[in-house]
Amino acid sequence: MLTDTHTGLDFPQGTWWKPAHKSEKVWVAIAFVWCMVLFAMMPLWHWKGGQNPSGIRRTTTPADFMARVTEFTNQYKVGEDRGLPIVAPPPGADVYLVAYSFQWSPILKLQKNVEYTLHLSSLDVNHGFSLYPINVNFQVVPGYDYGLRVTPNAAGDFRIICNEFCGIGHHIMVGRVMVDDAPSVASLGGVR
Amino acid sequence: MSAATAPLAPIETAVFRTCPATGRRIDLSAERLVKVHAVSSVVSLLVGAVAAVLLVLTRWQAVHLLPAEWFYRILGVHGMSMLIFFIIFFEMAVLIFASTALLNARQVATKTAWAAFALMLAGALVVEWMMWSGNADVLFTSYVPLRADPKFYLGVILFAVGALVTVGLFFANLVYAKREQRYQGSLPLVVYGAVTAAIIAVITLVHGAAIYIPTYLWSLGLMEVDPQIYRLIWWGLGHSSQQINVAAMVAIWYMLGALTVGSVVLNEKISRSAFVLYVLFISMASAHHLLVDPGMGPAWKIVNTSYFMYMAVLASMIHGFTVPAGMELGMRLRGFTQGMFDWLRRAPWGDPGFSALIFSVVVFGFVGGITGVTIGTEQINIIVHNTLRVPGHFHATVVSGTAMAFMGATYYLIPLIFRKKVAFWPLAKIQPYLFAGGMLIFTLSMTFAGSFGVPRRHWDISFSGAPFDVQFNPIVDVVLAVVALGGLLAATGAFAFIAIAVASVFFGEPLGTIPKGVVVAGIPQGLTQPPVHAADVDTRSRALHDASRGLMGPTPGTIALVFVFLAAFVLYFFVNWKVLSFLWRIG
Repeated sequence: MLTDTHTGLDFPQGTWWKPAHKSEKVWVAIAFVWCMVLFAMMPLWHWKGGQNPSGIRRTTTPADFMARVTEFTNQYKVGEDRGLPIVAPPPGADVYLVAYSFQWSPILKLQKNVEYTLHLSSLDVNHGFSLYPINVNFQVVPGYDYGLRVTPNAAGDFRIICNEFCGIGHHIMVGRVMVDDAPSVASLGGVR
Repeated sequence: MSAATAPLAPIETAVFRTCPATGRRIDLSAERLVKVHAVSSVVSLLVGAVAAVLLVLTRWQAVHLLPAEWFYRILGVHGMSMLIFFIIFFEMAVLIFASTALLNARQVATKTAWAAFALMLAGALVVEWMMWSGNADVLFTSYVPLRADPKFYLGVILFAVGALVTVGLFFANLVYAKREQRYQGSLPLVVYGAVTAAIIAVITLVHGAAIYIPTYLWSLGLMEVDPQIYRLIWWGLGHSSQQINVAAMVAIWYMLGALTVGSVVLNEKISRSAFVLYVLFISMASAHHLLVDPGMGPAWKIVNTSYFMYMAVLASMIHGFTVPAGMELGMRLRGFTQGMFDWLRRAPWGDPGFSALIFSVVVFGFVGGITGVTIGTEQINIIVHNTLRVPGHFHATVVSGTAMAFMGATYYLIPLIFRKKVAFWPLAKIQPYLFAGGMLIFTLSMTFAGSFGVPRRHWDISFSGAPFDVQFNPIVDVVLAVVALGGLLAATGAFAFIAIAVASVFFGEPLGTIPKGVVVAGIPQGLTQPPVHAADVDTRSRALHDASRGLMGPTPGTIALVFVFLAAFVLYFFVNWKVLSFLWRIG
């Protein structure tokens, strides 16, 4: 080699483990600090923030989960829409929502500012829970019961879109969640 | 370049030729292997690009071309053809090229190498056959228990075994090159990057075997596969394979930088350490696909996607500095020293190898990198998972980054390996602009549509036939039309590339010697006017590194650019937290 300077195609000679220029070191240090900020945000949000995908996670079987959905539906059913039961669980209840090709069941009627535990599972293949229009997304995996504590913060008529490909009818797999302006329930917990 | 100085081993077992442009010795059998892999790669790209056009014309609601069944089928074809066949065939070509031509070395065990290629080709053909015939409508991820014909899984396994053998031969080539003293000193940085890619490829392919072999047995009814375990191990393949791409792409960045503007390596220690970070940390980062899955707890998610992923992010941020800084310093050492950005202004923008390199770095970093790290955050993933933001991200990384780098490299491989002139030269000069421009529109608008909750892998967001109506914000229709237009522009760029590559390779004008100092249509500028540093390069380099130049050091332009990048990154990251904080409380 004639020079100390070389390209990435040349064979470095001798010891190439040499100190870097200060500007390069400073950038590496800044990048490292930024990566630590990225890291710190996740535990910090569990502690200070209100949106975390932790939930209660259990294994289940399609038959067991369907039995719970049926029991839940029968207990709190208040009506029907398009052949699907409308279910209005009391504040704080465990709420069961099942996905199967190509439907979400039942229709849920919830109250604003009230905490529920929403259990999601699938009877057949992977499905995607996407609450429209607020854009909350979770994976629904057969054999697993995902219990998420949710507190609606606005009233409205919401949709559940399946956003994991589950077969030819994937794009018609739409469910429904209604959230009512509740009577004052400030004491029931889950309030912002 | 002073590569031809390596002494030759006394016994020649291979037939070599000397490259007229670089003076390196090229093993003719390795050259043939590079050719077949590159051609297979471009053919796969053609299949994937045709599929892409059909897909964007379907998601454009006003056109809505394909019926549902064919949309999902073609989506599977697109994913496998692009992410697996196009990219991995090309990477095998890169590995063979790096371990032979760049080291003046020979290809060992050529018969085994051909057998491996045959396996890959057979696997690819079986998978394509299964998908086109409607026996594998399981899309790219093929999540169990969605079932495909067993031959589909078998095809994937054959392809992976072939690739694994080629990667093994790459390591063997390195060992023999050293043993036969084909070169003196250490491996060049570009080859070191290729080694990184190869190591990650082994990790990836082992995951592939660990999941596709049981899945094959499951499809035959011989065993059960847990859907969550499938997702976990599958992503050890699915995302790690994208890290082979990243490592290969960065290696090509260093190569194209050297060939087009005489990029220098600022510091071997820093650049090589960054490659080591990829090897150590990138595989576990695959966990970010499971952030809103029921199978793992928050501690598992945070550990795998933070410490481990962010050390790999650090590596990319390091390359994001050293690559442009290497270009800047290379240009300055050639006399382009005026001001902060004269080096960039005076760079060879008409050389498709250079423009492809620049767009690959910029779109990968600014769009792919920033969105990727942000959406790979545990909580932010709640507003991203399975929306169009995900393909928006990976079309910026894999397509605008990796594929673009491969395209740039091809413009140099055509004269160097195929010994042909690049056909349709005026088109070749604008092809990177077409492709990168289209991809930029495509990825940004896709990301925007995903922010409205538009799902990915979805045939009809007007939801006709669904039990309940879904009314997207009217702006979504406009955005999806823009997605389609960007996609069509990018596809035009891809077809232009394919036409150029095919015409050059099969019908191109043969190239004897590459004339120096003369502009020739069909030969990239980096070969006819190779970037040469000033004669007193070390003196100039020392002056540029002088302490009196302060913290901005030898590359002030790059320092300014990376801080623009950092500001964009910080802004995008925290805007996403702000958006998240408006949601329902979830825990």
